Amino acid sequence: MNRIYLDNAATTAVAPEVLQTMLPYFTEHYGNPSSVHATGRDARKAIEEGRRQVAAAINAQPQEIYFTAGGSESDNWAIKGAAFANRKKGNHIITTAVEHHAVLHTCAWLEKQGFKVTYLPVDAEGFVTAKQVEDAITDETILITIMTANNEIGTLMPIAEIGEVAKAHKILFHTDAVQAVGAVPLDVKALNVDMLSMSGHKFHGPKGIGALYIRRGVRLDIFMQGGAQERGQRAGTENLAGIVGMGKAIELATTNLPEKAAKIAALRDRLMNGIVERIPDVRINGPKDPSRRLPNNCNVSVRYIEGESMLLRLDLAGIAASSGSACTSGSLDPSHVLLAIGLPHEVAHGSLRMTLGSDTTEADIDAVLDVLPGIVSDLRAMSVLNHETTTVSDETFACPRA
Amino acid sequence: MYSDKVIEHFSHPRNVGEIENASGSGTVGNPKCGDIMKMDIKVEDGIITDVKFKTFGCGAAIATSSMATEMVKGKSIDEALQLTNQAVAEALDGLPPVKMHCSMLAEQAIHAAIEDYKKKQAEN
Repeated sequence: MNRIYLDNAATTAVAPEVLQTMLPYFTEHYGNPSSVHATGRDARKAIEEGRRQVAAAINAQPQEIYFTAGGSESDNWAIKGAAFANRKKGNHIITTAVEHHAVLHTCAWLEKQGFKVTYLPVDAEGFVTAKQVEDAITDETILITIMTANNEIGTLMPIAEIGEVAKAHKILFHTDAVQAVGAVPLDVKALNVDMLSMSGHKFHGPKGIGALYIRRGVRLDIFMQGGAQERGQRAGTENLAGIVGMGKAIELATTNLPEKAAKIAALRDRLMNGIVERIPDVRINGPKDPSRRLPNNCNVSVRYIEGESMLLRLDLAGIAASSGSACTSGSLDPSHVLLAIGLPHEVAHGSLRMTLGSDTTEADIDAVLDVLPGIVSDLRAMSVLNHETTTVSDETFACPRA
Repeated sequence: MYSDKVIEHFSHPRNVGEIENASGSGTVGNPKCGDIMKMDIKVEDGIITDVKFKTFGCGAAIATSSMATEMVKGKSIDEALQLTNQAVAEALDGLPPVKMHCSMLAEQAIHAAIEDYKKKQAEN
């Protein structure tokens, strides 16, 4: 079966060119970058080339790039490192209700350590405003952490404006840009960010490698004690092939990015408009303005049916997608992002996220548009809910525990 | 994560629909939790001669609804009341632990339909 992969926000395939670049670093150039000999020096050179490539992609200096094991580690380091390094100045952190769990759970852990966290609410399209951030600042505020792009509904936050506010108040500003790198052009100087998290496997690089941009002059607590790797901040022998792969991948992803993003956005619009035309009672989740939304993100709620059953039927038809329903989150609550934008639970349970990749074709989109309406009408015919059932009482039953 | 049998029942669910003038009808679950299940039964001489379901829910919820209807069809109401969620899950070659609550709903829906039938009988 010809499989159609529309879950590129979850992960992407390693690009063939990236893999080719990586392979010699497992076998031929396997040196420890800390070694003095020629084999080690070759490895060191490759790492510094990777660092240069990552820095160039976001308009940073190479010495401002620190390699990590991925996006979650970068978020953990940035937030905990900034919080503890500035504990004497204050104990207040500002974030939003729609961050990735790598940020939200880190903030929740810091609350247990005595920090105070403000979780800013978002509007119906998932936005916070710079004014909301400014109004939340207190004398105790030491860190603002707000994502560049939302992984579920594609909202592009007003990072440059928030960066201005942070700068004016001399407060550290971190952004989780895991979904944005390689999807939209980013410039850390124009955005006024002090720290920026990224992850290799989101832009056709390998898994298990990420990076944290730390603006020169910003001091964080050391993330990993040990050797002198990553300027003594993150010990451990470097993930050599991973760094080489991430460097190559980010270079490829950010080359001619505006043209590539426009092409993907056109396919995304074909998908989203096609769904709205073909299927009644659907709701687009996330920004209506395409310029304020990740080019590859399509998120819709299909009323009266549940997301996981849609995913299974799509999967049986060879189409990979994802959902914010409880049944796919491993908990009994639907996505915190969909609840934060104000969706009722049953509408959030019926969400379907499709995220396009650089290899997605018009034929792929048309195949989805052929298959999806039939799946929806099958599941709707089976469902208790329909346009006549108003919201069935919410509070009468408690959700059963597994 | 699902057994082949779950996928088979999910893809080709048995006894979908509603029964006009059902002898008993039960709805359980909650859209807030992502699962809601409705069962209609037709009872003749104490035997469940027909059963139909409608479910809003995940793959496991649909598969357990389908399996539960098969398991009670042709049974007496007393036999049907013996149906347990474990039996439904076992008949499907098991369910992932986080999905066991779906089999609870199937058991509860059958019970609710039978309760409704008994209530109607008492009223007549």
